Amino acid sequence: MSEAGVATELDAVSNGITHSAEATPVVRAVAVHKWFGRLHVLDDVSLTVAQGEVVVVIGPSGSGKTTLLRCMNHLERISDGRMWINGHLIGYREAADGRLLDESEAEIARQREAIGFVFQHFNLFPHLRAIENVALAPIKVRKLERDQARAQARQLLCRVGLEDKCEVYPRQLSGGQRQRVAIARALAMKPSLMLFDEPTSALDPEMVGEVLEVMRELASEGMTMVVASHEMGFARSVADRVVMMAEGRIVESGPPGELLDRPREQRTQAFLSKVLH
Amino acid sequence: MDWSMFWHLLVNPPSSFVSGAVKTIYVAVISQALGVGFGLLLALWRRGRRLALRVFASGYIWIVRGTPVLVQAVLIYDGISALGLYSFPDLHLLGVSIPGVVQAGIITLSLNEGAYMAEIIRAAIDSVDAGQTEAAEALGMRGRQAMRHVVLPQAMRVVIPPLGNEFNNMLKVTSLLSVIGLQELFLAGQDYNSATLQTFTIFLAVAVYYIAMTTVWSFIQSAIERRLEAKGYAAVERMPLKVRLFGGGGDRFSMGYERGAR
Repeated sequence: MSEAGVATELDAVSNGITHSAEATPVVRAVAVHKWFGRLHVLDDVSLTVAQGEVVVVIGPSGSGKTTLLRCMNHLERISDGRMWINGHLIGYREAADGRLLDESEAEIARQREAIGFVFQHFNLFPHLRAIENVALAPIKVRKLERDQARAQARQLLCRVGLEDKCEVYPRQLSGGQRQRVAIARALAMKPSLMLFDEPTSALDPEMVGEVLEVMRELASEGMTMVVASHEMGFARSVADRVVMMAEGRIVESGPPGELLDRPREQRTQAFLSKVLH
Repeated sequence: MDWSMFWHLLVNPPSSFVSGAVKTIYVAVISQALGVGFGLLLALWRRGRRLALRVFASGYIWIVRGTPVLVQAVLIYDGISALGLYSFPDLHLLGVSIPGVVQAGIITLSLNEGAYMAEIIRAAIDSVDAGQTEAAEALGMRGRQAMRHVVLPQAMRVVIPPLGNEFNNMLKVTSLLSVIGLQELFLAGQDYNSATLQTFTIFLAVAVYYIAMTTVWSFIQSAIERRLEAKGYAAVERMPLKVRLFGGGGDRFSMGYERGAR
């Protein structure tokens, strides 16, 4: 483990996580690197997210926020380092000599069941109604009875305020409604971790609030969340910790009040002054 | 030009014309159906993980698309029996007798059509946004499940318009099977011609039969696409019957696709 990794982990501990020390963190990234060709998108990123913690990742576009989230459910392979989710290496298994071997497709799929992912562009299934979007994975992956899956889907859509939109196709929904269906779809697999990749960036301003409201509620129910976002208000009021990224590195991290109001790093100050006005 | 013979052939066709037209239709329908199934397999093999299947599919498509149907038909029917491998005996299935030449014709057209459908299906699969597969996999679906439940249902909607064109073509391509002696519509005309020598009249009537079949198909295809549209989801703008019959419309009716839920 690199020194930077240790430092960030110590950071996390000193930032007032009150959970028992021996609890397995939901996310543990240690010295993760990611190259796209010659582009170094993640440069020695270490991050620990405890059970029930809400971490908001901020930073300019191209800073690696999205890639970091995508590595957390193995939509993106990592080039170096280790990424544990719920105590298991995601996407890989470690050989006796320490090299990473690809995990089997079945095992990767199984690992992903526990990780909800909400995309910037929703990625709803356009050929399925809202309720079918939510019920599909429980039926096909969890082998749930159709009626049971639909009942659960209806409940989830109700929870995100869309009980009257069950039988509607995605293209008949507004952006905010689509993103709420997408959140319900992810929750249907009963994940222990929810990843949000700029969930409100593709929305018209008047629809941002309804999506953030759903996320706020989810956080208050104790869901472990990692959110890449530009919504500083959300970060301030919901996040337990804010992580600032730039050029593939974690620049600094801390409780929102501290990081957003008294950033230590010049790059954080520069970024915040741009976003906050 | 013998007009009375022409009208007679249309209004009161000889039985060889009727049975020829029936054969044309059923050979075309069966070949198209098998061709779609085989094409789907080839398309999946071609983008699958097994190298041997990828190589086979690519090689197969290359060979089939690079040779004339006429040559394929003769190779399969006459060639294989000349080698003494298989002589296409008549089959009796469920009380229906399928002549050897019909079997060979259907095999030829299915194998040929599979290669073309594979390309159409592959393009349709590629037209589905990559985010769809990612969303399915992020929910814990395996690649195969994502393909089957998320990607293919969307791709198949894109396939329907070009599939209609393929079947229109298939109806006409069956005439090439006359070369191996399949008694379809064209060969029925030829036989009638050798007895009467009214070549222009007879083949004008035969042409009218073909255009009647393809026109009826156009109506059916329009109806299918209208139904898809009515179900609230059409992958591509429906081609109006006018464009379907007379052409035009340009790029508007090529393989466009309105991406997902953007």
